[in-house]
Amino acid sequence: MDRRVMFGGKVLPYMLLLPQFTIVVVFFYLPAGQAVWQSFLLQDAFGISTEFVWFENYQELFTNPEYYRTMGTTAVFSALVAFLSLSCGLLLAVMADKQIKGATIYKTMLIWPYAVAPAVAGVLWLFMFQPSLGMLAKLLREWGIDWNPLLNGTHAMILVVLAATWKQISYNFLFFLAGLAAIPKSVIEAAAIDGARPVRRFWTIIFPLLSPTAFFLLVVNIVYVFFDTFGIIDSVTGGGPAGNTVTMVFKVYYDGKLGSDLGGSAAQSVVLMLIVIALTAIQFRFVERKVQY
Amino acid sequence: MVERQTFASKFVPHLVLIVGVCIVAFPVYLALLASTYDAASVQTGKMTLVPGGQMIENYSRIIFSGTNSSTREPVGTMLLNSLIMALCVSLGKIAISLISAYAIVFFRFPFRMTAFWLIFVTLMLPVEVRIFPTYKIVVDLGLLDTYAGLTVPLIASATATLLFRQFFMTVPGELVEASKIDGAGPYKFFVDTLLPLSVTTIAALFVIQFIYGWNQYLWPLLITTRDSMQTVVIGIKKMITTQDALTEWQLAMATAVLALLPPVFVVVVMQKLFVKGLVETEK
Repeated sequence: MDRRVMFGGKVLPYMLLLPQFTIVVVFFYLPAGQAVWQSFLLQDAFGISTEFVWFENYQELFTNPEYYRTMGTTAVFSALVAFLSLSCGLLLAVMADKQIKGATIYKTMLIWPYAVAPAVAGVLWLFMFQPSLGMLAKLLREWGIDWNPLLNGTHAMILVVLAATWKQISYNFLFFLAGLAAIPKSVIEAAAIDGARPVRRFWTIIFPLLSPTAFFLLVVNIVYVFFDTFGIIDSVTGGGPAGNTVTMVFKVYYDGKLGSDLGGSAAQSVVLMLIVIALTAIQFRFVERKVQY
Repeated sequence: MVERQTFASKFVPHLVLIVGVCIVAFPVYLALLASTYDAASVQTGKMTLVPGGQMIENYSRIIFSGTNSSTREPVGTMLLNSLIMALCVSLGKIAISLISAYAIVFFRFPFRMTAFWLIFVTLMLPVEVRIFPTYKIVVDLGLLDTYAGLTVPLIASATATLLFRQFFMTVPGELVEASKIDGAGPYKFFVDTLLPLSVTTIAALFVIQFIYGWNQYLWPLLITTRDSMQTVVIGIKKMITTQDALTEWQLAMATAVLALLPPVFVVVVMQKLFVKGLVETEK
């Protein structure tokens, strides 16, 4: 920000900022402020009277076993998707980074799922595993597995994890590929001359050098699972069966919409906001460190 | 590489990548297949891995007349809505971020850093955490079921502004001085010098934001109540959660194919710009 600023002008810069500012104030700060304010209010069932109740909504939230269950579901979901999509992305990137024929074609064939909408990805996976007509569901039946994601909570979770992972692999693949390209070939060749086999080279040289990329991706993946997977869950399971796939964002939406528990939903929004702020802070500390070295 | 290539070291990467490509492509291949069969074959699971003969019937029916399920809108309308939304969001974002980044980088004025931070903080407020208050504001403004309500709240974006700011800071100060000597004002400098320099960055951002706009789910779900306003991503979800009739899976899958085709096409055709946009907006 310390570059020489060239233009003066009393009105022009403010006019240039005006469109963005109007939108930011009306659609970001105002609603976010309202969410915080609402989380301290309690509305009666008919919406006639509202009462300021301090932290009662939060107290209720954190004594509610269902909320802890939602947190647990979100944690399991994030951990599984992050682990699976990071490891698949890394494996494919390491293979595509080798000097082989057709590397660009492989790359193109692997990155397009990024462009598929989460809700559409969910529908594609539901179709494969739909218990009565899904092709892969039938296969599982033939192998003697009583597959039914519409009734079995674990099966439903497996299905949303698969759909979410499928969509995220391409993203991780791209970033790992960029990370691998940045590693100087001379380092790897030196290790090869010293007699280190490919597997050993990977774990002692390539993997440590990739760890900043991996850490960055981990944070991004967690944010992805928290927010962008709403469409997958809503289209595949609708939170069911028996609330087994309700994540925190999903609960904010349904408590606010169906239960019309606005105070409780707002308190959940505030908790989510704090989580996003924490994740963003971690991400930026990391970026800062990377810029400095 | 200094090592001799063995048969295995040549063969294994191809094998892994081919398996990866197949797994990635399989769900879409299956959707394509299903969209070529008649309802009965899909419903009873008689579908095989070879295409059926109903492709033209299914697609023409879905595009022009729609399904019998809870949403009867033709998919043609939905695709148009999605296109309008994606274009408004991406072009709108680019326009307002370009000028606000221009103000922040090239002007000296009081509260410049305040302005920067006010925009920066919105990174931490995704739609999902302020969903109902934002919804209420849109309702109060009378923007329910309008393209403005669908797109304007998504247009403000800290990422795009930050990206342009970063790019503008790499523009050498000599360029500004030179155009000032030539007698150019802020407007002329912006149009004649800065915009031509920013073309690649703008294009890369457009690719990312087009996909972002096209794939929106939660926001259009709330803001569109009339079927004629819904986007294709919402439409397909309504097709598979129908209460009054059996889900017409062959039509739902045809819709899925149509819904994923435009953004996938953009990524494949503009791959270089896409990768550039993705890598730069995240950092």
